[in-house]
Amino acid sequence: MSAPALKITGLKKTYRNGVVALKGVSLEVSEGDFFALLGPNGAGKTSIIGITTGLVNKTSGSISVFGHDIDAETELAKMQIGLVGQEVNFNPFEKTLNIVVNQAGYYGIPRSVAIPRAEKLLTELGLGEKMGENAMTLSGGMKRRLMIARALVNEPRFLILDEPTAGVDVELRRGMWDYLTSLSKKGLTILLTTHYLEEAEQLCKHVAIINKGEIVASGTMEEVIAKHHSGSGAKDPSTGLGAGGYRGGKLEEVFLKLTSEK
Amino acid sequence: MDTFGLWISFYTMLRKDIVRMFRIWVQTFLPSVVTSCLYFLIFGTVLGSRIGEMQGVDYMLFVVPGLVMLAIVTNAYSNTSFTFFQSKFFFRGIDEILVSPTPPWLLIAGFISGGVVRGILVGTIVLLISAFFTSLHLAIHSVFIIFGFAVLTALVFSLAGLVNGVYAKSIDGINLVPTFVLTPLVYLGGVFYSIHSLPVWAQGFTYINPIFYLINGFRYGFLGIADIPIWISLAVLGGMIAALIAINWYLIRTGLGLKQ
Repeated sequence: MSAPALKITGLKKTYRNGVVALKGVSLEVSEGDFFALLGPNGAGKTSIIGITTGLVNKTSGSISVFGHDIDAETELAKMQIGLVGQEVNFNPFEKTLNIVVNQAGYYGIPRSVAIPRAEKLLTELGLGEKMGENAMTLSGGMKRRLMIARALVNEPRFLILDEPTAGVDVELRRGMWDYLTSLSKKGLTILLTTHYLEEAEQLCKHVAIINKGEIVASGTMEEVIAKHHSGSGAKDPSTGLGAGGYRGGKLEEVFLKLTSEK
Repeated sequence: MDTFGLWISFYTMLRKDIVRMFRIWVQTFLPSVVTSCLYFLIFGTVLGSRIGEMQGVDYMLFVVPGLVMLAIVTNAYSNTSFTFFQSKFFFRGIDEILVSPTPPWLLIAGFISGGVVRGILVGTIVLLISAFFTSLHLAIHSVFIIFGFAVLTALVFSLAGLVNGVYAKSIDGINLVPTFVLTPLVYLGGVFYSIHSLPVWAQGFTYINPIFYLINGFRYGFLGIADIPIWISLAVLGGMIAALIAINWYLIRTGLGLKQ
């Protein structure tokens, strides 16, 4: 049996200002999974992603990526990962193509290989005509797609997306989800954080819900919904509204039930 | 990554920085050209003609090594400190490298190599300008020593600039050190005079200025004269390089000032 794409054991993180972000999180993402990591703002999602990708130092615990411990086999673990971060984090004065090609360089991929690969990715993501332009000229949605192209240029086995569709309009968002679904079908393991819960419900096979640094539910999407959905969120057939007049999917009801302040 | 992959990663960082410095040449190369012209004009031509000789050498020729060194020091330092700070603070471009398998030591090598290249390029330009002011009568005692000291000095101040870039929390943190530390040290390190022209108590202060040793060795490469034996200059340079590599390694490896 192959090693899981991501295995997190007892992960703790306390920031220098004393904020306890993670209180011993354990999590496993299987190879080929499309996994949703959900939680309210400040729950610890980005801390998990930051520690996994080497952007944040952990306090204790262990993480392995496809069996490679991120402390003992850092380079091998990082080779497997592609990251689309929450914030736009590239030099806006650089050309779009160069941003992707340079990222390949940091993975040891020569320009002769990286350039055609970057051109193909940018074209697939609808940025073919923007390759020679400075990144600052791109719209918000284009910048997000550029970040996806950059994350894929090293041909990772594990793609991490931290709220990739934040601030992206509906049409572009659907296009991005279609693209990511096609990658998932090709075998790419995807870990996604998003606040669009209905989309996560439709796209993802497994889900974990984190609240205040602790995993409060995890399993297949169906399991989590079946276990925690009390039925109180059932929609009124005449109005289409859930409990309290709220319009949302089952996952959204579960999410609110597990994360809202008591 | 294998050796080839490491080389590609290093080349990517260096290439990116060189492309950047040529793209904004008005900010990276021109200021040193203008200020060195002014120095040569004022200290060399106007004042130099009144001073005559320093340590038995025409004053214009005496100040050339110091002014070339001034250009190398300031450019190597500011290039590394600013590019690192910019990628850390303005748009977190440093994350592109941190998430990749590029090891910390290579990240250090990538950033400082840009500073070394800029320091050497600007130093060469200033040297060419000096040839104009000295009517091509530039003395060269040892090309090997000149080049060696130029590269080692650029390396020292690139490493120092990286420490500054890692620690700086605002753009002021980048500008304060060159203005209030580096420039006074360079001026008081013997760019414009020999320490033998100072009173004994002031000579004592000069000996604790690391830049004095760099200018001393560099000047020896041009003129064959030195205030102190050249091996002492080399030893000081070597010590500074070792100490700064250790500090940078610790900072980048632990993520101090870089990771949360």
